[in-house]
Amino acid sequence: MNLKKMSGFDIGYKVFVYVFCTLFALICLYPMICVLSYSVTPYMEYLEHPLRLIPSHFDFSAYQKLLGFDLVYSGYRNTIFITVVGVLLNIFLMCISAYPLSKKDLKGRNFVLGMITVTMFFNGGMIPNFYLVRTIGLYDTIWSLIIPGVLGAYNLILMKNFMTQIPDSLEESAVIDGANEFVVLFRIIIPLSKPAIATFIIFHAVAQWNGYFNAILYTVKRSLWPLMLVLREMVVEDGMNMVNQGQISDSSLTTIFTMKMAIIIIAVLPIICIYPFLQQYFTKGLMVGSVKG
Amino acid sequence: MTKKTTAAAAAGKPAGNGLPSWLAYIARKKYLYIMLIPCVVYFFIFNYIPMYGVLIAFKDFNFKLGILGSPWIGFENFEYMFGLSDFYEVLRNSIVLSVLRMIFTFPFPIILALLMNDIAIPKYQKTVQTIIYLPHFVSWVVIGGILVNFLSPTNGAVNNIIKSMGGEPIFFLGDPKYFRTLVVLTSIWKDSGWGTIIYLAAITSIPAELYEASTMDGANKLQNLWYVTLPSIKSTVVIMFILQMGRIMSNGFEQVYILQNTRNLSVSDVFETYTYRVGMVGGRYSFATTVGLFTSVVSIIFLLASNKLANALGEEGIW
Repeated sequence: MNLKKMSGFDIGYKVFVYVFCTLFALICLYPMICVLSYSVTPYMEYLEHPLRLIPSHFDFSAYQKLLGFDLVYSGYRNTIFITVVGVLLNIFLMCISAYPLSKKDLKGRNFVLGMITVTMFFNGGMIPNFYLVRTIGLYDTIWSLIIPGVLGAYNLILMKNFMTQIPDSLEESAVIDGANEFVVLFRIIIPLSKPAIATFIIFHAVAQWNGYFNAILYTVKRSLWPLMLVLREMVVEDGMNMVNQGQISDSSLTTIFTMKMAIIIIAVLPIICIYPFLQQYFTKGLMVGSVKG
Repeated sequence: MTKKTTAAAAAGKPAGNGLPSWLAYIARKKYLYIMLIPCVVYFFIFNYIPMYGVLIAFKDFNFKLGILGSPWIGFENFEYMFGLSDFYEVLRNSIVLSVLRMIFTFPFPIILALLMNDIAIPKYQKTVQTIIYLPHFVSWVVIGGILVNFLSPTNGAVNNIIKSMGGEPIFFLGDPKYFRTLVVLTSIWKDSGWGTIIYLAAITSIPAELYEASTMDGANKLQNLWYVTLPSIKSTVVIMFILQMGRIMSNGFEQVYILQNTRNLSVSDVFETYTYRVGMVGGRYSFATTVGLFTSVVSIIFLLASNKLANALGEEGIW
């Protein structure tokens, strides 16, 4: 940096930029680090030194105790299922829908696009959706957490815009060879759309993993609860419920706090672990829609 | 349909295989149309049938009778709604929260993006980006869980610190006066970093020559920001703001519901949570649909009006 040529104001501004951005990044990270630290700190030590981030000795008993909860297992299983199946369905439907919609000369395309766009601005609302889910028999099944919302107008249009940008010339050689559109889509278009697909995989996976609204609305059976509903009951609602139900054999209530911290870590860990690997895609992929198509 | 078929057949030249031209067109593009079927069926069932379902608002809805079988009651629910003091409280809460978000949450990612763009060390910029996107991937349940436990008046870390300094513990989540602050702060924490992506992209697409020229003319950092950067990202900001206006009635169920409790209900009850409580918990389906329809209509009016306003001010808007 050429500090000599900079005025005093510019230097002050530079310092402010670095301090502000660093501080905000630390604030983003700090709560999660606290949770991680508290989950392995003996409770009595936490009470004495709430600000200490590295415990005098690591205590993994909270994680061990969590292994005794059936609800944690079923929650994890359900969440993994709705995330994996939801993402597969979402990406498959997005690809086969976006491709024909990216053909500008296809008759009826504008009608379908219009029909999709309207849903971005108007929807029936909570009760009509609930009534629909009940009527078609999805209510209180795992599919009620997958099918409603599997295809969203906004992301579909972004995907369509991305495919529109792929030059037609890339398809032409295949068409001349007599390949039909399915072959062109799967052999040529989808491989070229990898950055966009990676982005939408992240979007949908995060939504499926983190959301709890559909589960509150559409499920009754606790065995269907995704991890986030289990987490909500154990961590946000009173953790005492678990004690009353006799699920904690250990009589010391004080460990509940540590267990809450541990289950938060268990719930966010998969997302945090895959995130850095996918980050390179979504910064680029999110821009796919910025060109109007 | 038959009329249309014959008209089309009469108008179009018969194709080589004897089919009317429009049918031949569909036959030629059949794979593309087959691909579109799931999408059209999906949007029809999961978006258009619920739109038809808003008729519930005008009926004395009964699950056994269905939408068609339930008796009409006209605008009775709307009259009831507008006469209800609860409704005005919920309306006030929803709009106050939305306006607070527009004032505090909305500009934050823009400022953050502008500052981040001036980090001259690429590695450092990348690290900051990686970290500030992270909260977007954290569920509201987790954020709620952290707040409930860290802010707990009995043994939460924050109150332990307050107590150790001789202060009285504060029940942040139970006291209505802290609710709105918590909503705004958690929104900033969760999504500001993520929100910078779109603005950073707009900023990096500004040609470097513009800055060179203005620096040559003696502009300092702040003048560059004001005369070059801001005008260049204005259209992105306007579009984001119009979309934000379209969300004036919505505050997101998941965030508000997780921070809500009986003590702060007087300020925390917004349309989403109210509809849920009245409709799903209370079983008053017709009335809850009425409230939902009201919010949808108001949202669209706000969206269209702000888009119109943007157009009138010479901006492109969303269409």
